Amino acid sequence: MCNSCAFYHFAAVFVSFNHLLHGFEKTGGIERAKSEGKELTKEEKQRLRKEKKQQKKNKEKKDDRASQESGREKQGVSSAASAPQPSAQSAAQKAPSAVPAPVPVPASEAPAPAPAPADKPAKSKAELKAERRARQEAERASKQGKKGDPGQPGAAGKPKAPASELQPVVKRLPEHIQVDNPDVLKKLAKKLERQQTPGQNSAKKIPLRLDYGYKVSLFSHLHQYSRKAPLTQQLSIPSTVIHPAIVRLGLQYSQGIVAGSNARSVALLHAFRQVIRDYTTPPNEELSRDLVNRLKPYISFLNQCRPLSASMGNAIKYIKKEISNIPSQCKEEEAKSKLLHCIEWYIKEKIILAAKAIAESSIEKISDGDVILIYGCSSLVNHILCEAFEKSRKFRVIVVDSRPRLEGREALRRLVQRGISCTYVLISAVSYILPEVSKVFLGAHALLANGYVMSRVGTSQIALVAKAFNVPVLVCCETYKFCERVQTDSFVSNELDDPDDLIVTRKGRTQLENWQQEPSLGLLNLVYDVTPPDFVDLVITELGMIPCTSVPVVLRVKNVDQ
Amino acid sequence: MELQAVLMAAGGGSRMTDLTYSTPKPMLPVGNKPLMWYPLNLLERVGFEEVIVITTKEVQKMMSTDPKMKPDVKMKMEVVCVPEDGDMGTADALRHIQQKIKTDILVVSCDLITDVALHEVVDLFRAHNATLAMLMSKAYEFTETVPGQKGKKRTAEQRDFVGVDQSGKRLLFMANEADLEDGLSVRKSIIRKHPRMHIKTGLVDAHLYCLKKAVVDFLTENKSISSIRGELVPYLVRKQFSNAVNSQKVKDDSEDQTQKNNEKLLISSRDESLLQLAQERSCWNDHRGDMCEAYHGGKLRCYVHIMDQGLCYRVNTLAAYIEANRQAPKLFDEPPVHSSAAISERCQVGSDSIIGAQCQIADKTSIKRSTIGVSSTVKERVKVTNSIVMHGVTIEEGCNIQGSVICSNAIIGRGADLKYCLVGNGQRIEPEVSRDQRMG
Repeated sequence: MCNSCAFYHFAAVFVSFNHLLHGFEKTGGIERAKSEGKELTKEEKQRLRKEKKQQKKNKEKKDDRASQESGREKQGVSSAASAPQPSAQSAAQKAPSAVPAPVPVPASEAPAPAPAPADKPAKSKAELKAERRARQEAERASKQGKKGDPGQPGAAGKPKAPASELQPVVKRLPEHIQVDNPDVLKKLAKKLERQQTPGQNSAKKIPLRLDYGYKVSLFSHLHQYSRKAPLTQQLSIPSTVIHPAIVRLGLQYSQGIVAGSNARSVALLHAFRQVIRDYTTPPNEELSRDLVNRLKPYISFLNQCRPLSASMGNAIKYIKKEISNIPSQCKEEEAKSKLLHCIEWYIKEKIILAAKAIAESSIEKISDGDVILIYGCSSLVNHILCEAFEKSRKFRVIVVDSRPRLEGREALRRLVQRGISCTYVLISAVSYILPEVSKVFLGAHALLANGYVMSRVGTSQIALVAKAFNVPVLVCCETYKFCERVQTDSFVSNELDDPDDLIVTRKGRTQLENWQQEPSLGLLNLVYDVTPPDFVDLVITELGMIPCTSVPVVLRVKNVDQ
Repeated sequence: MELQAVLMAAGGGSRMTDLTYSTPKPMLPVGNKPLMWYPLNLLERVGFEEVIVITTKEVQKMMSTDPKMKPDVKMKMEVVCVPEDGDMGTADALRHIQQKIKTDILVVSCDLITDVALHEVVDLFRAHNATLAMLMSKAYEFTETVPGQKGKKRTAEQRDFVGVDQSGKRLLFMANEADLEDGLSVRKSIIRKHPRMHIKTGLVDAHLYCLKKAVVDFLTENKSISSIRGELVPYLVRKQFSNAVNSQKVKDDSEDQTQKNNEKLLISSRDESLLQLAQERSCWNDHRGDMCEAYHGGKLRCYVHIMDQGLCYRVNTLAAYIEANRQAPKLFDEPPVHSSAAISERCQVGSDSIIGAQCQIADKTSIKRSTIGVSSTVKERVKVTNSIVMHGVTIEEGCNIQGSVICSNAIIGRGADLKYCLVGNGQRIEPEVSRDQRMG
């Protein structure tokens, strides 16, 4: 639509100036329209024919025209260029047109004997000024045009407003949700190449993990990896490029041995502790700068094994900040012990003590005779329920589970081991048992800045049904999982797990065994979804019990503190 | 550094003495390369840069002096010599080099020829923080007639019973038929934890082990263990389910030596507190159906990767040696016919034959499915089929060699007809001799 608008604006400009130069621009515009599959209307076709005739005529007249006229034309062109551009395309097209403007002028100057040599120096000054102005406009316009274009082939499925041409700055999309754009992939591969550990020869680099299988089109902008093709296949076995603790961690992430937001963060910090312990500052380098550079390839490696979670991202930010804040005169041993101490403090305060505080607040919300519904296996919710049971609250739990992860079984095991009486259902039965339920406790993977809760896929369903039944929904989340991102749907940024997890063998028959041979079949294994704040009644954090919409306040306060 | 590679090349080759009485086993040519080259090549391909080679003085001498015996690998090889005469088992050898070992080790035997993706074994070792990870393969039935053996009778090989869990990765049980006097007995504790166990007998152990450093330290204390395969591995597999391992007692005051040793193994394989925390918070479990946490709370874990596709041979019998010669060329990219070999135009060399460097093949010879070693001479009208000819052999005119193994520096006289024979090192076969050792 914006293209046709541009076209009409363009036509208006053309009508006001009958110039030889516009022929050049117009063909450009029509070519573009053609390439985008728009049909030319009759008027446009007529206009095209007119332009071509004009172009021929004007070419003949070019040599006869005095430099004065061309000077005037150029000024006209430049003023047209400076007029507020309705579309980036027209600007881009005007740009090449403005540039050849000065070119034919000196050409016409040279062969044609100057009619008034006395006026020449004065005119040439004006010409030069006009040239310069035209060139500046051309550059500015071309820059705008460049910025407008990459926005369009960007993330598929994202409605890109035409307002981008009004804003001078276009926000860049993160790489992990632009997987279907080959340029972005190339950039990522180059970035990984550059991110070798300093001092290594170029033969050793972080490998790029390849996507697996056919991706459902709505999610084709995300990575989809296979568990059977680990990243270690492409690494040398006694890993020298990446610290062995990080390789082990990456393997554990990709195989799902360490799963769950808290577990992943703790394991990450543990691995970083080992990295810091084994680190030695190379000569002529500062620990504060070199260690951060050392960590960058590790983080890309871990990101490829499994996309980083929000909690891990915050932990990494914290560590990087601590490392950069180390004064340069600090000795290496001191610095290392300081960093190790910081890591311990972070875990103790943000994870262990936070869990304690949240458990204390939540226990107030659990009364005797309650029927509590939980979903999946959240370490925090399990902790809360176990603590409540220790404090002799009488309640029973309904564990809701879903395929293919079936994490609820693990939650069930942990609760039953403590002696809590539990019921186990699959998510398809949630509306049948909700009449019995008095409260819903949910864990979170991250809390977004607009109050949405990002959690395991299925959580939003539970919250929705609970809302329909007027059952209070309480989300338990530590503050270190709060993240500055804003998301309103689960499509834009998500994680695609191994599609082969959906294949199940029943009675010796595996129906989906050859799913890759079916051309129109795609298996989708989503990991996360977002729950809107209308469905969440309370968020329990270690700072207290807050409504969902207070998340940005907490984030702001945290930033002020730091 | 993550893993140190150790190559065990001091073995004697007791099951193929015909070949090894003159040439030590690591130096036997397979596809015109010394046998040692194959595991070294495997290690080099996956990215190892250093390897500790434990071998005898004789082999070390051969490696450094004899050019055709020198395994040309780019890795840095640290050769450690052990006395040949002593009964030094593989575990004893590890104890010998204990000072050099700083991290977890990958022990490979010199007679292993395989194209396994080594990361599969090492990933099990890393991901599960295992104490032992090993490689096994489906056994291959050698169908070719073995020269020198009268008739088709084979000694009954002692079977290995290997028990794995439902996923096929965790090693639950390992015993050799020789150790089981009256039937196979499985402890109740194993069955309680892993109710479904698959017991396999048709597997061959590749003798490739990833061991934690704590195990090497444990070996230095425990001098009674002398062989990795025979004693250490079954011991570790048993100890996974030992009651002492899973008890909650931290300090054991008993004076029992074995208890103390167990403690050492345990303490070093106990996970740090942060790792423990991470495991607690993680919603993963390796089994389901009972109330236990992941790994049943056990700290000692043994894993096995069972290959079902691809090459995996242990060249410790003659039949394996012959089969390896057939299959080995697939493992390296060099052309089967060496560039410096002088082959006349009128001879037929099959595409699956290997001709070594500086060979001279005369006219009207036919070489099919065979390996001709370095600097060998084959005169006219010779037919070599299905055979292995080692280095420096001279085969005079008109010979017919089928299904045989001719060791180094032998001379086969004119017109000899050998079928399924084994000619020893430096032997001379008289001309016009006809021998067929297929039927005894």
